[in-house]
Amino acid sequence: MGHALALERPAPDAGAQVWDDYVHNRENPAGETRDLWYHGLGCGAWLVVHRNTVTHEIYGAALARDVKGAGQ
Amino acid sequence: MRVQSGGLIDRNTRLTFRFDGQSYQGFAGDTLASALLANDIRLVGRSFKYHRPRGILSAGSEEPNALMTIGQGAYAEPNMRATTAELFDGMVAQSQNRWPSLGLDLLAINNLAAPFLGAGFYYKTFMWPKAFWEKLYEPIIRRAAGLGALSMAHNPDTYERAWAHCDLLVIGAGPAGLMAAKAAALAGLDVIICDEDTRSGGRLNAERLEVGGLPGADWAQALEAELRAMPNVRILLRTTVTGAYDGGTFGALEVLPETVARKTGGARACFWRIVARQSVLAAGAIERPVAFRNNDRPGIMTAGAVRAYINRWAVAPGRVVTVFGNNDDAHKTAADLLAAGVHVAALIDARPDATTELDVPFYPGAVVCDAHGSKGLEAITLQGPKGQEKISTDCLAMSGGWNPSVHLSCHMNGRPEWRDDLASFVPRAGAVPGMHAAGCCAGQMSTHAALQGGLQAAQVAAQALGVDLPDLAPPQAEDAPYRLAPLWAVPGKGRAWLDFQNDVTVKDVRQAAQENFRSVEHMKRYTTQGMATDQGKNSNVAALAVLADATGRGIPETGTTTFRPPYVPVPIAAMGAGAQGKGFAPERLTTSHAASLEMGAPMIAVGLWYRPSYFPRAGETHWRHSCDREVAHVRQAVGVCDVSTLGKIDIQGPDAGALLDFVYTNTFSTLKVGRARYGLMLREDGHVMDDGTTARLGETHFVMTTTTAAAGQVMKHLEFVTQALRPDLDVSFASVTEQWAQFAIAGPKARALLNGLLDAPVDDSNFPFMGCGAVSLQGVAGRLFRISFSGEHAYELAVPARFGDSLFRLLVARAEEMGGGAYGMEALNVLRVEKGFITHSEIHGRTTAFDVGLEKMISRKKDCIGQTMADRPGLSGPEREQLVGLLALGNARPLTAGAHLFKTGDEAISANDQGYITSVAYSPSLGQFIGLGFLRDGRARLGEEVQMVDHVRNVKTTCKVVNPVFFDPDGGRARG
Repeated sequence: MGHALALERPAPDAGAQVWDDYVHNRENPAGETRDLWYHGLGCGAWLVVHRNTVTHEIYGAALARDVKGAGQ
Repeated sequence: MRVQSGGLIDRNTRLTFRFDGQSYQGFAGDTLASALLANDIRLVGRSFKYHRPRGILSAGSEEPNALMTIGQGAYAEPNMRATTAELFDGMVAQSQNRWPSLGLDLLAINNLAAPFLGAGFYYKTFMWPKAFWEKLYEPIIRRAAGLGALSMAHNPDTYERAWAHCDLLVIGAGPAGLMAAKAAALAGLDVIICDEDTRSGGRLNAERLEVGGLPGADWAQALEAELRAMPNVRILLRTTVTGAYDGGTFGALEVLPETVARKTGGARACFWRIVARQSVLAAGAIERPVAFRNNDRPGIMTAGAVRAYINRWAVAPGRVVTVFGNNDDAHKTAADLLAAGVHVAALIDARPDATTELDVPFYPGAVVCDAHGSKGLEAITLQGPKGQEKISTDCLAMSGGWNPSVHLSCHMNGRPEWRDDLASFVPRAGAVPGMHAAGCCAGQMSTHAALQGGLQAAQVAAQALGVDLPDLAPPQAEDAPYRLAPLWAVPGKGRAWLDFQNDVTVKDVRQAAQENFRSVEHMKRYTTQGMATDQGKNSNVAALAVLADATGRGIPETGTTTFRPPYVPVPIAAMGAGAQGKGFAPERLTTSHAASLEMGAPMIAVGLWYRPSYFPRAGETHWRHSCDREVAHVRQAVGVCDVSTLGKIDIQGPDAGALLDFVYTNTFSTLKVGRARYGLMLREDGHVMDDGTTARLGETHFVMTTTTAAAGQVMKHLEFVTQALRPDLDVSFASVTEQWAQFAIAGPKARALLNGLLDAPVDDSNFPFMGCGAVSLQGVAGRLFRISFSGEHAYELAVPARFGDSLFRLLVARAEEMGGGAYGMEALNVLRVEKGFITHSEIHGRTTAFDVGLEKMISRKKDCIGQTMADRPGLSGPEREQLVGLLALGNARPLTAGAHLFKTGDEAISANDQGYITSVAYSPSLGQFIGLGFLRDGRARLGEEVQMVDHVRNVKTTCKVVNPVFFDPDGGRARG
């Protein structure tokens, strides 16, 4: 799913640009990123994975449920 | 020639093998290479490009020449290195790349044409005409320049995959690796130690060296036994670590000896994935040849390999051996030959200041400048301070020094470091996270240094893991300095080989530089240096040195190419292991599978599921006969169909309705208990994701049905929505697809059939159209849904999966008594096309709710996934291709799915495209071909005639645009 931006679903009336960004546009940085991963062959959890696209280092992972919950 | 005594072979176990049709004998412990040399066979192959006669060069996995096809028929495996192939009784080996025979190879004409075949020959010569490359030039070149051929038969061998985890992975079981493993194991770490050889010890098996007062090989065996007794150590011999990957993951290929594989019926090879917290790279070093004229003659070997053959296998590779080197190490070869009673014709050392105490003709400051003899070495010419001299010899042991095996340290893009004192590269610290080099691989060239280095590497690894190592001193061992003076290529005329496997000479590299391929990466690709299956293990550094010399740069400035996995060739069969044929993907079978097969139904794969296409009856010769009959059964009597493959998701919780309202375009929170509703699901970008009926079994309990194709996708979507978007919802769900067997019972007699089975009868009041609820079936608790995918009065009856088989048989028997029967996928499709019901042929990911005519299902009273984006301009309106029905005009003119639609009179080109057909069927109810498709502004064009053109199958049919519901448009049959 690419960048974890997908957690931040806009309001229905947020406007075309905001929705376009939400659905289609993702940063693809060379370096640190927070990705959304899916443990499809396991527990079905969605994870926010903090990692480095250059070194492939993984700094940490959190359940999307907790990340989203903390934001509310 | 076998030497009378010594060696690590079992002289009591004789093994018979065949090479190129001739029978020979060897001993247990031999490799194919040592056994061939013991039988005085020196010519073992032809080179790749020039078809030069070639002999065994090395004694390890770096071997470029001695590639064999081992085994026969379907079991034949090409390109096996004779130097690592364990000899077994009955082994059959064939030489490669020669025609008609090894001794007489007609393509050796390439060798005479060599002046024209230099670097870039193919690029320059076969450029024109362009079209000739693929059809003419390439096939001929490929046939002439070849490795072994595949048998083209199915590979009957079995392979395995395995996974392992450890604290410390030790790569290489030589002195450094064993020492590192011991230290780590004593500290309690979980250790895996891998070595490509059949025994641990590394070079100790090939040298006359003592460690801790024992012969080196014995010390290694004793330590191996000690380690094997420890529960936290796993020793994997015959296992080559092939690659280093992210997160401490390594690939390793374990090759089982053929004798074991044959005896046990077990796997030939196993591909391991090992995840290690830390690793020690103790891969040793590989000796490099010296480039001089005709240095590829059979009988010319690396000096270390000659020592290995003499000491480990008790084989003298020649009767009169000459030793040539630029370092002290080569002198050991002369000493070992003398000790074994082999005549040494000369010891030639390129260093003018070299000395020896050996009783051999000694030539300091001299180099070998030519080799004589074609299919086997007969003499060499040396160039000394006093001029040239020709020496008769049938074996030359050469050494240009040792190249540390840095390969694995480069697999994550790390470049190795140049060391002037070694005239070679060593691994760069930190090139692979958590990996520490030790032993020869780290430039620690003496046995003592290697043992010490192993301990130190284990120390560093243990520290990183927060573990203290016990105080351990390395055992006593030699600590001779390693001295050499670089010698890459002996000047002179003629061709001097660098890369033996790809036939790259010093001249080729110089020519590349001259033609401005000065970058090492360009030189490599232009000359193909190092691009053979051996990846230039014994030639890359020398080629680099020649390039540096030709371009007037130092070696470190010239750079180095990198190494990529795998370190040795890995059979794809080993990586795939069981994942071939039926093992490629799991098979999902319904509970009615066995009964369907008994009824003769051909099964069709639907994703991972297998479903019956149709159920043939006596006298039916074409699938259409069966299909048309099954459709008639449903329309006129009753049909039974297994629909268990549809995704079923059980959703429970106080917010279950709210979740459904959010994922479906329409409202479910208002659905009454005991009722089902058709729902449409969008992706967030406004396109249709899936559809299906969802039933409300209780106030907080729903069962969602998805299509078979999208069951996994919908599950993932629900996980996303509940975890990432609405974790506030109090709702749980689980897939129950496999827990329930579900059968459609469709047709005018469906209710009569059911009422003969159910413990309490159903009628329009307790089960109206779209009603649902619990039923009891001979005491078995089931669920009944009055839903229809056929347009008939129909039900879906679900029971726990363990009752599926018996229920299916019972339903089919009752249906047959009532003039109906089972129906398969073909009839199911006809029935739904007649009704204009959509499947993933229509909701294929690019269609919107508007396109399929369901835009009114997007409720405006609530937000839902995809609602906002579905309102975007361009996703609705007359410019869209909209779902329509299509009637074929004219008798028996077929419609074909995938065909495109054009206005009558328009040329059938993409610029005039009006739409396309997604589903077709022959409708027995209407007596003609019908189809569903998408036509631009289609709903406004009902009644119009359009042309269907199928460019692939070359079919053209005129059809009429109609409402997509062909049969019973007001739906009275399903409701009544």
